[in-house]
Amino acid sequence: MQYLFSVIHDSDALATADEMAAIDVFNDRLQAEGHWVFAAGLGGPDTATVIDNRGEEALFTDGPFVESKEYLVGFWIVEAADLDVALKLAAEGSKACNRKVEVRPVL
Amino acid sequence: MSATDVREAITRAHHEEWARLVAALARRFGDLDTAEEAAAEAFATAVERWPADGVPPNPGAWLTTTANRKAIDRIRRENKRDAKQMEAQVSYGEPPEPLGPIDDERLRLIFTCCHPALAPGTRVALTLRMVGGLTVAEIARAFLVQESAMGQRITRAKAKIKAARIPYRVPSAEDLPGRVSAVLAVLFLVFNEGYLATGPDTDPVRHELTAEAIRLTRLVRALLPEDGEVAGLLALMLLTDARRTARVTPSGELVALGEQDRGDWDTALIAEGHRLVRERLATGAAPGRYQVLAAINAVHTSARHVADTDWSQVVALYDQLVRLDPSPIVVLNRAVAIAELDGPEVALAAVDRLADALAGYHAFHATRADLLRRLGRRQASRAAYDRAVELAGNTAETAYLTRRRDQLG
Repeated sequence: MQYLFSVIHDSDALATADEMAAIDVFNDRLQAEGHWVFAAGLGGPDTATVIDNRGEEALFTDGPFVESKEYLVGFWIVEAADLDVALKLAAEGSKACNRKVEVRPVL
Repeated sequence: MSATDVREAITRAHHEEWARLVAALARRFGDLDTAEEAAAEAFATAVERWPADGVPPNPGAWLTTTANRKAIDRIRRENKRDAKQMEAQVSYGEPPEPLGPIDDERLRLIFTCCHPALAPGTRVALTLRMVGGLTVAEIARAFLVQESAMGQRITRAKAKIKAARIPYRVPSAEDLPGRVSAVLAVLFLVFNEGYLATGPDTDPVRHELTAEAIRLTRLVRALLPEDGEVAGLLALMLLTDARRTARVTPSGELVALGEQDRGDWDTALIAEGHRLVRERLATGAAPGRYQVLAAINAVHTSARHVADTDWSQVVALYDQLVRLDPSPIVVLNRAVAIAELDGPEVALAAVDRLADALAGYHAFHATRADLLRRLGRRQASRAAYDRAVELAGNTAETAYLTRRRDQLG
């Protein structure tokens, strides 16, 4: 079963060198233990463009689909047997990147 | 067999078999929803059939067979065995990990219902439904919410357990203490809601909730006999519940601990509570919060008259409790004991230091009011009683505080 770990933060400042080092250690562990699927950091909400092509022609809108104080700054997708395993990994991930993490099952 | 006997047999079976039934069905079918529905249908069938056919010789086995059949019918009927459910079934149906002495289907069920990924209020509701077997209507009534809202809360929780795959198992030894304390917090919440029922038109004590909390805690104690905090919580509940009848007058007014008729206390519950406290003391293990609270209540229930209370022992135990849990409410309760040991003036100074933290808590103002009264400061005492009455949610407490205020003259 896969889970999405959304990294939530109130700034899109890049991780510090210490945070980056901790994230590398955590990622190595995810890979070594077979949990790793994918991970990435994201550009800030200012860099977002929303596309709505449900109608006749595609509409492009500058900015994120919802403005909020905290937003998605990165994510992991991990493989975990159940939520207990996922929550433990997410707790370590949060510690490593020094940011909040939301866990959701991938259906 | 009379109709009454059959009804009693059904009630007994419900108490004894419900949790086991739901737990076994959840394990077999990999789905709490199916388990709950099938168990409920099996009991509904018993209510229909037992009066005519007689109570089966082994009610538990009869209920299991019936519930299994209901679950299979339901799955066929709804034809919901899609890939996801098959997968869920495989995950729950895996050969169990090596069983420790504490493994029991019901324990798995309790840990799932009290999982930290669920909101605390949801854990309470789910535990009462799945483990306690209370109906959604009963739970809604107990927590003064609409039945439809409670039903939704439980449905959402079951959906989350399934979709996010909250596991159905006893946590690993490493995680066990934290998870047990989440379970105990749920049971204590249920007990307190029964013991200090809130709401303008509710009975001051709702025995169905305190009784249910004690029954479930006994179950957890039977499943985790070595756990000191489980024993401590059970002792705390028993020693508190023992004073139930003495605690409220027939007209529904609270009677303070010092003014209770101790002859009305339940000696059997007190003896059992004291036994548990002694058993924990004998282990020599460092006690947790519930064990210290139980010990405090053991000191109170050991005194035949309030004047015989060993207040220095009570204060020493509160000192221990403050070290474990330095919350303002614990400090407030310690101050109540300090008033008896060192006098109201010392206690009032300690209480006043909590003003910022507890300004919205009725017991803070009630305690201040009492201390001010004892110090002869009538005006200030009256104001504190006013504030306490405003904030108190329990009808018996409101009645008591109002009378005390009006007696100030």
